[in-house]
Amino acid sequence: MPLLEASGISKVFGKLTALDGAALSVGENEFHGLIGPNGSGKSTLMKCVAGAEVPTQGKVSFVNTDITALTPTERARAGMSLKFQITSVLPSLTLYDNILLALQAQSSLFDLVFSRTRRLLHDQVMTMLTQFRLANRAFDAAAALSHGQQQWLEIAMALAGKPKLLLLDEPTGGMSLEERRVTGELLEPIKQHCSLVIVEHDLDFIRDICDRLTVLDQGRVLASGTVSEIQANKAVQEIYLRRA
Amino acid sequence: MSGVREAIAGDEADDAMAERVAAGRARKQTGAGRKVLPIVEGVVLVAALLAPLVLQDYLTVFATRVIILALFALSFDLVWGYAGIMSFGQALFFGSAGYGVALLARDLDITNMFLVLPAGTLIGLTFALLLGGFLLLGRHPSSVIFVSLGTLTGSYAADRLARGWYYLGGQNGIPSIAPMSLGSYELSEGPAFYYLVLGILVVVYLLCRFLVRSQFGLALAGLRENEQRIAFFGYKAQHLKAIVFTIGGAIAGLAGSLYAFHEGFVWPNMVGVVVSTQVVLYVLFGGSGTLIGAVIGAVIVEGVSFWLSDNYRDIWPIILGLLLLLVILFRPLGLISFVLGERERVGSFGAKPKEKRNAAP
Repeated sequence: MPLLEASGISKVFGKLTALDGAALSVGENEFHGLIGPNGSGKSTLMKCVAGAEVPTQGKVSFVNTDITALTPTERARAGMSLKFQITSVLPSLTLYDNILLALQAQSSLFDLVFSRTRRLLHDQVMTMLTQFRLANRAFDAAAALSHGQQQWLEIAMALAGKPKLLLLDEPTGGMSLEERRVTGELLEPIKQHCSLVIVEHDLDFIRDICDRLTVLDQGRVLASGTVSEIQANKAVQEIYLRRA
Repeated sequence: MSGVREAIAGDEADDAMAERVAAGRARKQTGAGRKVLPIVEGVVLVAALLAPLVLQDYLTVFATRVIILALFALSFDLVWGYAGIMSFGQALFFGSAGYGVALLARDLDITNMFLVLPAGTLIGLTFALLLGGFLLLGRHPSSVIFVSLGTLTGSYAADRLARGWYYLGGQNGIPSIAPMSLGSYELSEGPAFYYLVLGILVVVYLLCRFLVRSQFGLALAGLRENEQRIAFFGYKAQHLKAIVFTIGGAIAGLAGSLYAFHEGFVWPNMVGVVVSTQVVLYVLFGGSGTLIGAVIGAVIVEGVSFWLSDNYRDIWPIILGLLLLLVILFRPLGLISFVLGERERVGSFGAKPKEKRNAAP
């Protein structure tokens, strides 16, 4: 049984059909790439999975539970985490507080009011900052970071709650080549405890990091399979050639 | 290969250096590192303690009223400045508690301080819990417009109700409330009342300060900046909001009951839109999102109105209006932003582990 199973997902915005019976299936500790031309519905499918949009039709199940109607908070508590396409770190807070905010999300109200988990979480905060190469900036405001660093901070925050599934919407958008390489390195170790769905334009990046791919075109699944199967797929080659 | 690695390592070292320089510059600009806030708080406290000694009697009475309004401003600041809930009906909790204790005094002869103040607080809390529960506790987050119109409507409806209901005194409100008592001692306006109110303000201020600097305060900071984001972390954002709204209501209720006994009467405006708006202005003027800003805002707006109305009897509201506009235009973060940097305004949260600064390589 896969960790995440979305099937028959349709999403209609007014007259525009963004998704038309799309599907996505992700196994445990699997890195899954979601690719396709612009406007093929990748981000919308991601949002339907994360709970930012409610699908017009279809069903999303996560760890064998139907979550189609759950709110983002409930999904997060079930072990799903999301990094937005647009970076949404909290700019006026320090990096340290950004990570702490993510880490303490499941603390009880009593613990929060009396700051009882602060000391406990301190080491975790510093570990995450070190892991994402941000430790020397720990007490600067997040707004002072470069774009690439903000993306890393976001990924760190998204991982803070130890999710079973992490959804990354264009993690390398606007990054330099070097930053992309580092992002790949940063994501590698999380495979031991977490599955990943990545929406990404950079096909080289996707190929390096993913186990399986799903290709969307005009709101439908064009192909789904391992990276080499997809590379050999004629229809996929065609839409990417058409775009080029 | 090792050459490449060294080159990258070299780049990283350069980057790290540049970052440190930039960080140092940022610190200098925002004035973090210096601690301005405790100094401001200390100065305000000392000034408040000395005020009755230097002020004439009628000014001490005025100052007492201002301190009560500062307490009221604190309640709105917590709700708007910290949790980002636009409450245009904060007077509902202030005024309903005022009416409540006025009725206790009129109909049941209860004026004991230790009964009426908790009763007023409870009234504010209950109304805020009911209204906040209705406006904020949906399954999905409610929009800012919905909440601000909802609170505004609540306040407006209460105003109309108070005006029309004979039992509450109609247009005239409830006059000549008996003074608040402490055993056989009757507390009427003057230095004793002043210091009581100041003491209460200090205690409530410290409690709020504790709350907004805790990890709970960090959650509130997240809520204010990006509610959707923290919901995706698994925070129950609506619950957090309803809790802060209720605490705000309780503080407003406490302020309202003090106000009723200090003035000796309550009238419909006290629950209405005018007073609701007044408290918004205090907080915007002083600086929302800082507790001391709310206090300073109340003191300055009331102080300036008092002085202007004495000296420019006819046109003072126009001058006051212009002053408020100027501040909101050029200092959207309020007067406090003249002395307080962005970093210190936001602050940090929870008790700091000792090794904090050295932990960074």
